[in-house]
Amino acid sequence: MATGIRDKVAILGMGCSKFGERWDASPEDLMVESYVEAMEDAGIEPNQLDAAWFSHHIDDIGAGKGGTPMSIALRLPNIAVTRVENYCASGSEAFRGAVYAVAAGAADIAIAVGMEKLKDTGFGGLSPTNYGTLTPQIGPSGSAPGNFAQLASAYRAKHGVSAEDLKRAIAHVSVKSHANGAKNPKAHLQKEVTEEQVLNAPMIAEPLGLFDCCGVSDGAAAAIVTTPEIAKSLGKGNIISVKALQLAVSNGLENQHNSWDGSYFHTVRVAAKKAYAEANITKPREQVSMMEVHDCFSVTELVTMEDLFISEEGNAVKDVMDGFYDADGKVPCQIDGGLKCFGHPIGASGLRMLYEMYLQLQGRAGERQLSNPSIGLTHNLGGQPANNVCSIAIIGALDS
Amino acid sequence: MSDVGISSIAGYLPRLRLSKKTVAQANSWIAPNLMGKGKGTRSMANWDEDSVTMSVEAIRRVLGKDDDRSHVDSLFFASTTMPFVDRLNSGIIRAALTLEESTECIDISSTLKSGTTALIQALDKVKSGGSDYSIVSASDKRKARSASSQELDFGDGAVAIAVDNENLIAKYINSSSLSIDFIDHFRQPNEEFDYNWEERWIRDEGYLKIVPKAIVELFSKANISGSDIDYFILPSVFPRVDQMIAKKCGINPENVVDNLALSTGDTGSAHSLLMFASILEKANPGEKVLISSFGGGSDAILFEITDNIKNYKPEQTIESLLNNGIEENNYMKYLTFNDLVKWEKGMRGEQDRKTALTTLYRHNDAIMGLVGGKCTKTGTIQYPASPISVSPNSPDLNTQEPYKFAEKKAKILSWSADYLSFSVNPPNHYGVVDFEEGGRIMVDFTDIEKGDIDSGMDVKMVFRVKIVDEIRGFTRYFWKAIPV
Repeated sequence: MATGIRDKVAILGMGCSKFGERWDASPEDLMVESYVEAMEDAGIEPNQLDAAWFSHHIDDIGAGKGGTPMSIALRLPNIAVTRVENYCASGSEAFRGAVYAVAAGAADIAIAVGMEKLKDTGFGGLSPTNYGTLTPQIGPSGSAPGNFAQLASAYRAKHGVSAEDLKRAIAHVSVKSHANGAKNPKAHLQKEVTEEQVLNAPMIAEPLGLFDCCGVSDGAAAAIVTTPEIAKSLGKGNIISVKALQLAVSNGLENQHNSWDGSYFHTVRVAAKKAYAEANITKPREQVSMMEVHDCFSVTELVTMEDLFISEEGNAVKDVMDGFYDADGKVPCQIDGGLKCFGHPIGASGLRMLYEMYLQLQGRAGERQLSNPSIGLTHNLGGQPANNVCSIAIIGALDS
Repeated sequence: MSDVGISSIAGYLPRLRLSKKTVAQANSWIAPNLMGKGKGTRSMANWDEDSVTMSVEAIRRVLGKDDDRSHVDSLFFASTTMPFVDRLNSGIIRAALTLEESTECIDISSTLKSGTTALIQALDKVKSGGSDYSIVSASDKRKARSASSQELDFGDGAVAIAVDNENLIAKYINSSSLSIDFIDHFRQPNEEFDYNWEERWIRDEGYLKIVPKAIVELFSKANISGSDIDYFILPSVFPRVDQMIAKKCGINPENVVDNLALSTGDTGSAHSLLMFASILEKANPGEKVLISSFGGGSDAILFEITDNIKNYKPEQTIESLLNNGIEENNYMKYLTFNDLVKWEKGMRGEQDRKTALTTLYRHNDAIMGLVGGKCTKTGTIQYPASPISVSPNSPDLNTQEPYKFAEKKAKILSWSADYLSFSVNPPNHYGVVDFEEGGRIMVDFTDIEKGDIDSGMDVKMVFRVKIVDEIRGFTRYFWKAIPV
């Protein structure tokens, strides 16, 4: 029986670039921005890095394939750099690689950098993705919002929620994230919006309007990890450790088997159960202090609240409308603005989520600092509801 | 020798009927002479329909829902608008219908009488014992320039006929066929539109002289006269030319069959046979039907209605087909569907749509025929089939046998109407459908408007164009769902 990752690895430092439409910044500029902050936070020199992981989703734009873009941009000392890609959960994948290398003893200190330069595509939203040669011949030529929007129709049918009630609840999800993002100087979107604005925005994919969709941004984020012992030896106090790291990947059941009803994420439930067990969390609704979830679309966040077992099944609409996930609620969600407002440079997003949880746990989140959070959860999803990968990380104070 | 003839016939018309008044009014500033044609409607294919897809739908109505189609041993496809000049178009239809590989597939093209010519060929083949059961399908989706006469005269549609040696509703008596290089119009490969000569010449030297010649020859062969004809079928876009020919051939002008000009327009290669289908619903045993066609000569075919007509209950009558259309008053939509205007497709319309032909062939049954798998151990039905079954907790290896989805009913599980992704008819509707016996597919929905669908709604599958690769000139086909 695996003993799990709990408290075996500590976060030594983190960094995150400003997210947004970074017309001025190259992929290299973005990587350097996050790297410099993380290295300063860790207080180490480049020659102390043993291995690196680089996450980057779209390879025909931005930095290109392989490990070299990161090694060259950061002038790393010829250490191992592994490029990883797992849809929108690529950032968490880089983090997993670095954490596992440290836990295995293969590296004393490892770094994970995620970066995406989306605003060189010319697209307003995400550019179409390559799914091989068979899927385009049998699958709809859809888009991310169209795929995620289907959650809404299936959720409404299953739980008997009216179109109006669901629309209003997902509007509240976005209003809350905009309010949070307005307090984050690194966020792509820093403007509050009203429920009326969200409800009346142009339709993107029924029932998702413009404000139900996350920002499509440029950005990079970085994490440097080591063992708790080395962190202490380097003089670090207030050490934040990894409590759980889980990844669940669809095996085609949702897409091909009638047992899935289309209203939830099968992988999220699988990963959440394993993550809570690994982190020794038995009552997530009480024990999780705060969350950064993969709110690529407002409806994704709403159903995810149930899949993470924070809201009871069928109760997310009520919890959302009650303000349970607002900044002043019981379990604040997207306190940094989330994908919705901080932005979604794909390969960086998982690390960006961890960055906010790390800052909050260290009491360094500035104007949006929550009072005494102890456990932070990140939920990083890639793919689409019927076919996806779900990465969940839980971090907290060492030995808490 | 046993009789041969027709055991079943079905038409297919696209859902939309373009208002001719709308077209005539839109063009009246430049073509005021066409205002007189601004009456009634013409059938208008969806952007994802072509002559092949319309034929597939017509043939499905003839064959019914039975998965076993092994009795079809030959297939004739007639059209002047085949999507491919060099790729067996009837072979595409065979694949979509999951007919046997041994079904002989024949394309007959290059003339508007290709439908009747194909029918004669199939009748002769069955008569000679070269086939026991043959399918003939004729279909056309002709393009016409904006503000042209043809735009108002043409219609899109298809017909399918089962040529058989038993259960005949119409017995084949005889036929004649003339090939004459009379060029009323022509169209070379890669040309989108016909070039037409003067109408009066076409009428006087073409129709009025050539069609009667074929009819007279047939009368002589069959030893009958015009007065024996109960139904005379001749498609023509010229008013009253059918009446004039009837008179010339001694046929009672009252027995001239309505050419559907005000409802469907002229569906080209399909039209003679579509008109034939339209009279079978009211024909009586013993009545004689003369089917004529014009184009590069003329065909004439004589049938006699049998007693079986009394019990003939087609899945969909031509009358209901005609009545079930939806009037379309958006002329721009017609122009856009037919690529007759240069419209902004956006960056998402630029995506390279190259089709991996290796993959298409490797998964030919799955892509073209919508064939999935059924696990022989657990009974789990899935699409597409895979080496390891998707059954939860029973990932059995190599246990799947082919399972056909195309004729199975399904319900919508989830859907969205997407304004972001590229579509010729936005919003782009797609979602997951669950099939009645099991299995699910995420599919495109077609033939719908915004607000037409919701979770739980019954749908059925139709064979359509998936995308057109404009760079390489390749049409990719797949199945989509439409409300029942």
